[in-house]
Amino acid sequence: MGATLEHHEPKRGIISNLKTAFWQFNNTPGQLIPLLQRAQETEGYISEMAMKYISGITEIPESTVYGVITFYRQFRLRPQGEFVVRLCDGTACHVNDSRLLKEIIEDELNLEGSDTTADGLFTLELVACLGCCSLAPVIMVNDQTYGRLTPQTLRKTLKKYRRLGRELIKEREEKCNLEIGA
Amino acid sequence: MDTITIGTGTCGVSAGAEAVLEAFQRLISDNQNNTILLAETGCMGMCYKEVLVEVKNSQGEFLYGDVTPDKAAQIFQEHLLEGHPLDEWLVLQNHQEGNERDFILKQHRIVLRNCGLIDPMSIDDYLSKDGYKAITKALMEISPEELIQSVIDSGLRGRGGAGFLTGIKWRFARQSPGKIKYVICNADEGDPGAFMDRSVLEGDPHSVLEGMLLCGYAIGASTGYIYCRAEYPRAIIRLENAIKQAEERRLIGENVLGSGWDFKIKIKEGAGAFVCGEETALIASIEGHRGTPRIRPPYPAAAGLWGKPTNINNVETLANLPWIVQEGPQKYAELGTEHSKGTKVFAMAGKIKRSGLVEVPMGISINEIVFDICGGIKDGKKFKAVQMGGPSGGCIPASLGETLIDYQQINKTGAIMGSGGMIVVDDSTCMVELARFFLEFTQNESCGKCTSCRIGTLRMLEILDRIIEGKGEQCDLDQLEELGHQIKNTSQCGLGQTAPNPVLTTLNYFREEYEAHVQDKCCPAHSCSALVNFMINSENCTGCMICTKDCPVGAIGGEKKQVHFIDQEKCIKCGKCITTCNFNAVYKD
Repeated sequence: MGATLEHHEPKRGIISNLKTAFWQFNNTPGQLIPLLQRAQETEGYISEMAMKYISGITEIPESTVYGVITFYRQFRLRPQGEFVVRLCDGTACHVNDSRLLKEIIEDELNLEGSDTTADGLFTLELVACLGCCSLAPVIMVNDQTYGRLTPQTLRKTLKKYRRLGRELIKEREEKCNLEIGA
Repeated sequence: MDTITIGTGTCGVSAGAEAVLEAFQRLISDNQNNTILLAETGCMGMCYKEVLVEVKNSQGEFLYGDVTPDKAAQIFQEHLLEGHPLDEWLVLQNHQEGNERDFILKQHRIVLRNCGLIDPMSIDDYLSKDGYKAITKALMEISPEELIQSVIDSGLRGRGGAGFLTGIKWRFARQSPGKIKYVICNADEGDPGAFMDRSVLEGDPHSVLEGMLLCGYAIGASTGYIYCRAEYPRAIIRLENAIKQAEERRLIGENVLGSGWDFKIKIKEGAGAFVCGEETALIASIEGHRGTPRIRPPYPAAAGLWGKPTNINNVETLANLPWIVQEGPQKYAELGTEHSKGTKVFAMAGKIKRSGLVEVPMGISINEIVFDICGGIKDGKKFKAVQMGGPSGGCIPASLGETLIDYQQINKTGAIMGSGGMIVVDDSTCMVELARFFLEFTQNESCGKCTSCRIGTLRMLEILDRIIEGKGEQCDLDQLEELGHQIKNTSQCGLGQTAPNPVLTTLNYFREEYEAHVQDKCCPAHSCSALVNFMINSENCTGCMICTKDCPVGAIGGEKKQVHFIDQEKCIKCGKCITTCNFNAVYKD
């Protein structure tokens, strides 16, 4: 299974968070999914290390844990971009041309077949329903919802986030340079 | 005291309720006004008019729609300070008059009785609406058997989709031997386009808890689980808060209301799997496994969660119960038709003028909902069909618009009542593509346990893809039907047994549309890209040259400031021009 998991630095606190959660759940049956949810909350995805750790403390085989992770849509084995664009593909959005929006997002963010951009800034996620059908078609960027979109307003919104993304990268580079300089 | 109430359900927040709330907070503090109370409430049902703000003062109750922070300032100044309501933005006055009165006229609110009226974070608000009186009455005066009998008498059927009589289900769980029993509230609302349960959880969480208490008392359980979608963070926050408040008042926990009976409620967050709406899959998921269904019997009533007798009810079913116990089963049974009693909540969306939540008595017709309540179709287009029951349901054509909302009547059309998503489509929606959309959804969500569902739906999807791309043949239609019936007959759980419904109903009612795709290679709704020509509307085109540059095959020609044209020979129908044009000048013909 290692082949599908990329190696990333584990986030600080993941182990202690899982330890606390395990203690809280008090080894009750059915704790596996809440533990995985806690791991994802901490790291943004489920790292190989977290998976192995959970398997160890719960005494559930790694293969079973992996099976549960891949079964549920919520769990991710890779980190997401800085900006997560959730495109609603519920029925109401679908009949209001959400597929067209998908093409625009892929085009504007240069997502070629992958769900995350090469620079790790954007992830496109198709979701079944965001629950605001009267605003269809809808996207969510992180916690912000944008409704009643047209191709034009969508491009404008995405351009805004691309600009934010560029600034973010610049900031990081500067910080990095400073650290090197110091 | 004057009150400003803002709808902060998910629909309201998406439309910008938080900015409006902040605006009012600022206005109140700027004016150093201590006589105006600011409150929040759940979804009022009129999602199409969000952000909704209600002003209550000595003049009456005024509901404003489409409120922005700017409008908020004006409402505050003119209405609250000067006493002049702003008629142009008013949608309702005193809950019955006003521009949008048609929307509520034919509704009958039982499940949504408190939604949009009370603050969902306040147990006192719920108590002031006779909250927790039903469980008090049950514990003091009614035996569990009598309670079950009255639920049977009310004729309430499970609102999750299957429509099984709730009281009978309870009786099975009651009669199952065993000391430990469980109540599960199914709040894993997975249908795309359905948001009834979310609105109830967000707008009136205590009514669901009270429903669970009643169920727990009736079957003799001491633990309840709410299995809620993790995608509903707001609902989970409000439920957690409601449980905490109810525990503080001794309504949940040990020795409920001094009766000696213990009942605790826990929340389990789902992790995103449509199949977990199925009872046995949901149980597997709570137990921490992959959410795959198992063969029934034994039914959960005999052996459910951790092998113990378990009763599972949907959110809407549970929210009905306090009302039934309070008002009496006869009053509930008076509403509706012979076999379908009470009311049903529908989430209306799609191409209608008024989308949102409606609660109607059973026995009302589809046309009444679409036209009288929801105002008909947007942009003057023609009503084509309603899709009921989500991916497990089917399409009912406009010609059957007089069909009554009744379990039997709806089933006769090939659709199902389902959980209550109703998507209205007009003549610009291609029914083949819509069927494909639903099938793709169920195909993705198939848990993979039985072959007919896992592989059968994939084969159907491949055929539909061929048809949409203009490569279909006449025999494909027969094959779709045959496959559909086989999957229905041989799948183990409800997901597989209903997955072909969207295809089969559209094949039944819109066969000519399928035939147009396979025989004439055209899409009557002008929707399927492979079967249409892309054209430029000369009135809208400004000659900006953007599409000529973006076209990947150089099929668009034309000079600057002159109307462009598309070379149909070169065009590969990728649709890029539609997405780049800033003037809506490209259309499909």
